Amino acid sequence: MKSIKRKENRTWFLKGMRHGVPIGLGYFAVAFTLGIQAKSIGMTPLQSALMSFTMHASAGEFAAMTVIAAGSGYVEMAITQLVINLRYLLMSCALSQKVSEKMPFIHRFFISYYITDEIFGISSTVDGKLNPRYTYGAALVASPGWVLGTYLGAVVGNILPDNVSSAMSVALYGMFLAIIIPPARKHKVIAVIVVVSMLASYGFTVLAQAVSEYITISSGMRILILTVLIAGIAAVVRPIEESEGSANEG
Amino acid sequence: MKDNIYLYLLVAAGVTYLIRALPMTLIRKNIKNKYIRSFLYYVPYVTLAVMTFPAILSATANVISAAVGFGVALLIAYFDGNLFKVAMGGCVAVFLVELFL
Repeated sequence: MKSIKRKENRTWFLKGMRHGVPIGLGYFAVAFTLGIQAKSIGMTPLQSALMSFTMHASAGEFAAMTVIAAGSGYVEMAITQLVINLRYLLMSCALSQKVSEKMPFIHRFFISYYITDEIFGISSTVDGKLNPRYTYGAALVASPGWVLGTYLGAVVGNILPDNVSSAMSVALYGMFLAIIIPPARKHKVIAVIVVVSMLASYGFTVLAQAVSEYITISSGMRILILTVLIAGIAAVVRPIEESEGSANEG
Repeated sequence: MKDNIYLYLLVAAGVTYLIRALPMTLIRKNIKNKYIRSFLYYVPYVTLAVMTFPAILSATANVISAAVGFGVALLIAYFDGNLFKVAMGGCVAVFLVELFL
């Protein structure tokens, strides 16, 4: 019995590592700009790597550097981070229902550390309950891409040729599509949700640009507002029945 | 600024972690309410769709390569669904298009 469990854990871990590869590639490309920015405000490469390792959040890290560069206070830093990263609160709520009630508590601390857009994306949509090893496997491969990319960006600036950088940045979006499209094909509700979400996001972006002179809405806030709105409406219009829910998840 | 940069980073990382860890550690039981359950079930699909579009169109050096990458990734995701193949297919498509532009 024990060895079956161990084998299952191993399978999940390896699967996580495999799925972490495109995330790591995308992270590496995206994190370069973080390092370049860090250097420009006078942070050392090690400090920038430390920031990336402890935060794993691109918008959050850019915001942090803005606060540091401006020399604003610690309270401002805290509030900025709260606002810009608020979507993670929602992701954490969703993930809390994706893990087993029986899972040892300690895993909740470690999984939480890796709730990034991407790792949350793959972790919250696995079949059935989430085995924490899957998240750890993905994080083990993806996180070094993020930290190393930041560090190198701060040391050497942008050494990646434009087209390589372009191609790698798309990996993250491709991964998102790989998560949402197959279930959308199976379930009509999800298909509608995906299409509506993309259209709404486009509309919101256009609108935000139009009013950008008067008010700035961060991309994190856009994601949060639209998620609450669309998932909220979907939940009221198409609530998942108990049995149906487990069928969807299993 | 140099002296307290670590304190800044500590505050930023601390707040970020708390946001991520609080619901995960506080909500330990399965939620019974079917509307909240449904809401949380739909969250990742909305979030990921919103993050993908239209952001993907400005992720590369130009809109055309981005649109092709988007289309290719979409097709592979629809017909195959393998995460690794979708991500890499999108990358290769963008790379090839930018070679010819």
